[in-house]
Amino acid sequence: MNSIEIKDLSLNFGNVKVLKDLNLSVEKGEFLVLLGASGCGKSTLLNCIAGLLEINEGQIFINNQNVTWYEPSERGIGMVFQSYALYPQMSVKGNLTFSLKNAKLSKEDIEERVKNASEILQIEDLLDRKPAALSGGQRQRVAIGRALVRDVEVFLFDEPLSNLDAKLRTELRVEIKRLHQKLDNTMIYVTHDQIEAMTLANRIAIMRDGLILQLDKPKTIYNYPVNKYVAEFIGSPSMNFLKGKIVPNKIPVFKLEGGWCETPDLSNYKFKEDIKEERQIWLGVRPESIVVGDEAEKFPVKFNLEAEVVEPMGADTLVWSQIGGQEFHFIVDGNSTINSGDSLRVGFDPVHSSIFDLDSEDRL
Amino acid sequence: MTETQKNSIVTEPRGPKPRKIMSRRNIILYGTLLVVAIYYLIPLYVMIVTSLKGMPEIRLGNIFSPPVEVTFEPWIKAWSQACTGLNCDGLSRGFWNSVQITLPSVIVSIAIASVNGYALANWRFKGANLFFTILIFGAFIPYQIMIYPLVILLRDLGIYTKLPGLILIHSIFGMPILTLLFRNYFTTIPEELFKAARVDGARFWGIYFRVMMPMSLPIFVVAIIMQVTGIWNDFLFGVIYTKPDTYPMTVQLNNIVNSVQGVKEYNVNMAATLLTGLVPLTIYFISGKLFVRGIAAGAVKG
Repeated sequence: MNSIEIKDLSLNFGNVKVLKDLNLSVEKGEFLVLLGASGCGKSTLLNCIAGLLEINEGQIFINNQNVTWYEPSERGIGMVFQSYALYPQMSVKGNLTFSLKNAKLSKEDIEERVKNASEILQIEDLLDRKPAALSGGQRQRVAIGRALVRDVEVFLFDEPLSNLDAKLRTELRVEIKRLHQKLDNTMIYVTHDQIEAMTLANRIAIMRDGLILQLDKPKTIYNYPVNKYVAEFIGSPSMNFLKGKIVPNKIPVFKLEGGWCETPDLSNYKFKEDIKEERQIWLGVRPESIVVGDEAEKFPVKFNLEAEVVEPMGADTLVWSQIGGQEFHFIVDGNSTINSGDSLRVGFDPVHSSIFDLDSEDRL
Repeated sequence: MTETQKNSIVTEPRGPKPRKIMSRRNIILYGTLLVVAIYYLIPLYVMIVTSLKGMPEIRLGNIFSPPVEVTFEPWIKAWSQACTGLNCDGLSRGFWNSVQITLPSVIVSIAIASVNGYALANWRFKGANLFFTILIFGAFIPYQIMIYPLVILLRDLGIYTKLPGLILIHSIFGMPILTLLFRNYFTTIPEELFKAARVDGARFWGIYFRVMMPMSLPIFVVAIIMQVTGIWNDFLFGVIYTKPDTYPMTVQLNNIVNSVQGVKEYNVNMAATLLTGLVPLTIYFISGKLFVRGIAAGAVKG
């Protein structure tokens, strides 16, 4: 059963098309992350689902009910905002009970729900405090609690961790995942942070200019990005892109622009369709799938280069270099003794790379 | 502590830098402030002093000298005995008229304007911009243009020269600037708060009364001060849309001070003027802090 179903949704702000004929279905209990750079329409889509924005075209179903014309409070959703959006004049308890009082629930029912939610989120001791007297993490916990007490089917998160510092962000991220495992609600989570997306999601939808570019499991998106934009967006440090062309001899061979690499054999790569003629391409390689030293000999594609900048990051070391005048970086073990200026031999397996057409930037 | 240690503390720079109180900067700064303050306070001083003197003392002509014999007779006369036209019941009648005009006008205009501002800031309904433009345009039309049409309007409504008529006029004329004030304040309240309230099931009035209003005390104080002083001090509308029975305090004050018959009773005039100014003055003193905070808050975003 689908928890959320969006059909042909379009939204315009004046003449600007913000969302274009969008289709999306989310299964019950799924954790879907909407990921994209700012201005891609991810928050707008979430607001449409919540009913906070009126859409121009299309339909929205929640729990198999057409809620397109429903008020936000009637849709069976709870929402958590980036700025927490707690009512400053009310205590934590007041914040939690505001929606329940609006729904005219009985006193016993309200007490019970507040008790449950505050236990789950460990905010029992904070109930009488005002939001101003809470830390950022506590505030966001209360904000989640406000969605929790409403006992809704669907949770909507609008960049809930963006205002927190790095340590708290990690903590709350784990907590949100734990909450999802416990409650098994459908959750839609908007973020521009790819790590949040990778760690939390069952599926990620990568958005750009009001369109969903790719909707897949995190690993699939990481390994098989549909185009260069997605490949660039996911992964940190980001993917290397080597400009060049494929020459289809007996086997497809890679010719690097402005440089040369030994045995540029791409026959391992699973092309969508056979390459019959020469084609300009981007060869995308993740920094973490590159191997340095003697081991490089085992791989189909290998070349020599010189380390230019070495950045130790603790567990890993990031090495910046160039090949044929093109930027190239890769990750080696944190204990490696590579210094800048060292000559290195590196290699990788095309199976772990992604090849995109130079013009359309789509995966080949 | 030994002698050498003491010396080292004095000679070596340490802790906050000592500042001279009588530095040239301070003398110029506080000197200027003092002069300006005295300049503004002298008229008030003259008024208070004169209002506490008897007429023989005033005739001596030393307007700056303090009263030799303090008398409250002028204040009592101004309040309950001074004559305007045929009535000789002093300013008290005007005072009660002004109270009856100011209170409802302030409440009505602020109640409507705050809801206007809230609707314009948060519920972007169709035609909101047009409505707002017209309203702001209204603030720039000279009063004189509207005076006569309003006389006819009030006459047709049957409330010309009556208190409700003047209340209606004040409520209408306060609308543009107050709406602007409230709209600007409400746009500074984060939109997510409004969204959260909608998700939580609050509707138009629920959000207004339970989310927006409790967060907007400073701007309500600003509006109250603006309206109370504005309406209390109004002379033009008061003199046009009322008759002697319903004159507000300002109009009556004018009639007392400008009466040409008999001796000019300067002490009574001063007392009457002070009495009239007392209400706005009190409000400023009580709410000065909130006023400044509210003005600053409303000014952040347009």
